[in-house]
Amino acid sequence: MAADAVGGILLAGVTLYAVLGGADFGGGLWDLLAGGDRRGLAPRGLIDESITPVWEANHVWLVFDLVIFWTAFPRAFAAVMTALALPLWLAVAGIVLRGAGFAFRKEFTRLTWRRVTGASFAFSSLLTPFFMGTVVGAIAAGTVPANAAHASLSAWTSATALLAGCLFVAACGYLAAVYLAGEADARGDQRLRAYFIRRAQAAAIVAGALSLAALATLHSANPLLYGRLTGRALPLVVLAGVCGVAVLVLLAYGRLAAVRVIAALGVAAVVWGLGVAQYPVLLPGTAVTLSAAGAPDDTLVAIVVLFVVAAALIGPAFVLLYLLQGRRVLRADEDETR
Amino acid sequence: MTQAGGLTLLDAARVSADVVPARAQMATTLGFHIILACLGIALPAIVLLAEFIGLRRHDETAMRLARRWSQAMGVLVAVGAVTGTVLSFEMGLLWPGLMRAYGAVLGFPFGVEGIFFFLEAIFAGIYLWGWQRLPGWAHWWSGVPIAVSGIFGAMSVIAVNSWMNTPGGFTQQGGRITSVDVWQVYFNHAALYEMPHMILAAYMVAGFTVAGVYAAGVLRGRRDRYHYAGFAIGFVPAALLTPFQIFVGDTAARAIAQDQPVKFAAMEYVARTARQVPEWLGGVYVNGHVYAGLKIPDVDSLLVGFGPGTRVAGWDSVPPADRPPVVWLIHLCFDVMVGLGFLLLLAGLWAAYEWWRRRRLPPHRLFWAAGAVSGVAAIAAMECGWVVTEVGRQPWVVYRLQTTAAAATANGGVLASLTVVIVMYAVLGAATIAVLRMLARRWRGGDAAGIAVPYGPPPAPLDEPAGRAES
Repeated sequence: MAADAVGGILLAGVTLYAVLGGADFGGGLWDLLAGGDRRGLAPRGLIDESITPVWEANHVWLVFDLVIFWTAFPRAFAAVMTALALPLWLAVAGIVLRGAGFAFRKEFTRLTWRRVTGASFAFSSLLTPFFMGTVVGAIAAGTVPANAAHASLSAWTSATALLAGCLFVAACGYLAAVYLAGEADARGDQRLRAYFIRRAQAAAIVAGALSLAALATLHSANPLLYGRLTGRALPLVVLAGVCGVAVLVLLAYGRLAAVRVIAALGVAAVVWGLGVAQYPVLLPGTAVTLSAAGAPDDTLVAIVVLFVVAAALIGPAFVLLYLLQGRRVLRADEDETR
Repeated sequence: MTQAGGLTLLDAARVSADVVPARAQMATTLGFHIILACLGIALPAIVLLAEFIGLRRHDETAMRLARRWSQAMGVLVAVGAVTGTVLSFEMGLLWPGLMRAYGAVLGFPFGVEGIFFFLEAIFAGIYLWGWQRLPGWAHWWSGVPIAVSGIFGAMSVIAVNSWMNTPGGFTQQGGRITSVDVWQVYFNHAALYEMPHMILAAYMVAGFTVAGVYAAGVLRGRRDRYHYAGFAIGFVPAALLTPFQIFVGDTAARAIAQDQPVKFAAMEYVARTARQVPEWLGGVYVNGHVYAGLKIPDVDSLLVGFGPGTRVAGWDSVPPADRPPVVWLIHLCFDVMVGLGFLLLLAGLWAAYEWWRRRRLPPHRLFWAAGAVSGVAAIAAMECGWVVTEVGRQPWVVYRLQTTAAAATANGGVLASLTVVIVMYAVLGAATIAVLRMLARRWRGGDAAGIAVPYGPPPAPLDEPAGRAES
């Protein structure tokens, strides 16, 4: 019971990291693909302004998820961290290069250095979600043993895992392009609005295709999970598809009012679909379930209480942050040198 | 004695093939992050102090300092956030054995820390980027949660470390945790001294580091109000806290003599349990001899129990395999930490005396030279303290419950990740310092460097023609 609640909390945390942190990674992807200095000026400007005040807060969801994972399900955590050490190390390296690159590139005056640090930010925005995707794909494919003693290369280089990696990148790009199109729309910038609508459409199609491909590989890699995704989790899978199509249609007609929420909902439906399909197993292919993954009830109850307190404290703070950001109150201090 | 020492070495060598790279990597990443963590904990309070003075007294200089420090803080907070994330991953990637066995126990303080990390990051987003458009006092208040959550976040992380030193608050059956009392875990015995010790250390590091920057400026002849103010806003709080830190540290050392007698024995070179134990200042312990150390009879017993007859446990109280390696490192780090603490106290007393007698900061060059290195000294003292805590706890990761070797990953390749980490952190450290120095240069030049878009074409009136490298 408590274990189920904590499983739900972890899934909620992962969802929030996906729809908030994921979009920040996607921003880096579009920065990477924005072209030369002059051509990329306008989109890079919008990306930078949209990410700057919020990315650290969004990033904390990752740390939050890790902590819930190891506190509530220590055995599963140790198994994942051991078996999938290599992609996790690479993701960590990406996190460092991305965060540091992002912070540094604003402060360098020399164009060369801004390019180097900017490239570090943009490339690692591509690599980090890819490796995180392979980790999730490897878990879903059931290649993480319960008592993993050594790292495994084959675990995360299966077709499912690699497709999941690509899907993560595409999904991040999709979310970012949708959010940025909405942001450009709010600012009345028609050119950027069209620019990001095109990219959102392209990313939506790629992400949709990759989702279907990954699902197809699960058919042979993990038939049980495949059966559940097309069984009891089917409503969520359908919801994800409907959201994707709805976003494509709304973008085509240029109606951006609700498109950001629908896109996020679609990604959330994928996360919850996977969660519902796996339940109550934490590591597919093993006997490690939510309640058997290692923590006593005291710990699980403490996490639930902690989450309630966190929601009460953090929720309003996040609302304030996004509200100020939405009203464009938060921007670089131009007076600091005077 | 020699034989026992040889046996320890042999054991250590056998174990070290697995553990040493993992420990070295943890030490590198933690040793790097802890500096940023200190600045993350205490710098917001110092910036808020400057902004408070600026708002309250309509002091332009203080206001300008606050805005500039805030910009530096933006860089430091970002680097701190990602290097902190590395540590979260390393808990599992390097120490899966620890997490598998005790993740359910030590996770709760980390969860509490998560809440404060959130608040810190959210309000940092508002404070750092709200200078332009938030009204003065509203902006000031938006920074208060950063400073408050810095303190509580630090408490939570230290709760975990202190729990590893004095574990408790749980029951275990057949390798499984069966019950956990989360508050007993959080407020374990060592937490009571480790928490204040580290939070005070963070404030000293941040305060003296800020002061050091401006003291260096004064040394270079920039004797203006701006530099004196920048120095004082960092130096005064740090110097005021120094005596409290020495008191807390002294209390902590006495508590460690009880809680972890072997660690204490290594700190003070107590080879055999005895009364009238001498205090060694400096010195290197090799094969039962202390070379180049200053021996003060009875003083260690006096410090532990306020009387020369106090019995102090030596490391002979446990078998060689349960003793920490390289006692000389632990002892020397302890001495350096204490020594630097007293030197910093002296610098504060000097300033206090001068202020009391003449209402001014000391004009002597020596004082400003001391001020210029005070930040580095505070950082060195803090790092030495961590070496004492961590190496002194060895061979245990959870004191007397789990060895570090049992906690470490069995994956090979830690040597490779260690190499990558060292290179990457060296670059990261150099880049951070380069960025901060560049900011300082820009401020001095009075260059309005507002770059709207990263690596876009530079706006026309840039002082330094961007895009043209030095070559």
